[in-house]
Amino acid sequence: MSEIACVECGAEIRLDEDVIQNEILPCPDCGVELEVMSLDPVQLALAPEVEEDWGE
Amino acid sequence: MTRVAMVITRVRAEEKMLLEVFRQRGTDPELIRDEELVINPSVIDPRWDEFDIVLQRSLSTSRGLYLLELFDAWGVPTVNSLRTASICSDKFKTSLALAKAGVPQPEVRIAFTPQSALEAVTELGYPAVLKPMIGSWGRLLAKVSDADAAEAVLEHRQTLGNYPYHVHFVQSYVEKPRGRDIRAFVVAGETICAIYRSSSHWVTNTARGASVEQCPVTAELQDLCRRASEAVGGGVLAMDVFETEGGFVLNEINHTMEFRNSIEPTGVDIAGRIVDYALALAAQLERGEGE
Ligand SMILES: Nc1ncnc2c1ncn2[C@@H]1O[C@H](COP(=O)(O)OP(=O)(O)O)[C@@H](O)[C@H]1O
Ligand SMILES: [Mg+2]
Ligand SMILES: [Zn+2]
Repeated sequence: MSEIACVECGAEIRLDEDVIQNEILPCPDCGVELEVMSLDPVQLALAPEVEEDWGE
Repeated sequence: MTRVAMVITRVRAEEKMLLEVFRQRGTDPELIRDEELVINPSVIDPRWDEFDIVLQRSLSTSRGLYLLELFDAWGVPTVNSLRTASICSDKFKTSLALAKAGVPQPEVRIAFTPQSALEAVTELGYPAVLKPMIGSWGRLLAKVSDADAAEAVLEHRQTLGNYPYHVHFVQSYVEKPRGRDIRAFVVAGETICAIYRSSSHWVTNTARGASVEQCPVTAELQDLCRRASEAVGGGVLAMDVFETEGGFVLNEINHTMEFRNSIEPTGVDIAGRIVDYALALAAQLERGEGE
């Protein structure tokens, strides 16, 4: 288990052991969606804007 | 061991659950990230050839369709099938398939110019709904209550540079009892569970924050969804159903469904049912039984 700061609000976010690259994590404090960009070291970025053909 | 691949754009709650269930069933899926791919149609990627089944979970409809074309051409089995995805990704193709199968749906027209679309709206009566042929999460839906509004929306659509917005999909507006509609989760023709989606807004997508409650799977719902599933080629499907005085009507079918909000209210292990379907299909194809 490790922790990393939300890139938007700085809140500490706990990461599960089984975190995956490209995983989407909501920040429990400010609610933005974060994307796991890399695992070693763990880097977060704001999840991308929804594109026009994204969906179900 | 069944060799599974999952195509992803992002790993959302759904993909995370699916991965976990595959692992519980003893297979660790290969993740194919659509954003990293460069595809040469004449050379089959040897890695892809090894998969018994590919679960297509791209967030992007167009990427999903191209990859399904590719897997289909190379004889790699997929969930969903190319046929199913190609029908469900397009509201007109879905409407046509439902009509051919005699599955009830709201009145629909398509038209290619703002003038003819306005005629279609006039014929169907107000209020009517204008929506893009290819779209999701309730984007760019318009409910129009009179000819002035319809004209304005159609004119706006026409100025959007994207040609898909110039094919106008017109539907009669269906009043929702208690502001709710039904989302049914259908795997291999069986409705495994359903939810009511309620909102004070007429658009009830959960991606737009509608609240969710369990909906009983009646024989009538089961029958409607089984026929709709057959009409679009089967697989793993989420169906939007409206309740009317004359019975259920089928609004649309999604082929890359989201289900994170529906597990708790229904108590059904939706990810588990999807994974079991994919593994069973792979086993069946391996035994050469066809689909
Ligand atoms: N003809 C209609 N009458 C009433 N409500 C509609 C109609 N069409 C769509 N809606 C509402 O808008 C939502 C989204 O429309 P839908 O056709 O499912 O498009 P999307 O692909 O964006 O989900 C539906 O779930 C429903 O709540
Ligand atoms: Mg819908
Ligand atoms: Zn935050």
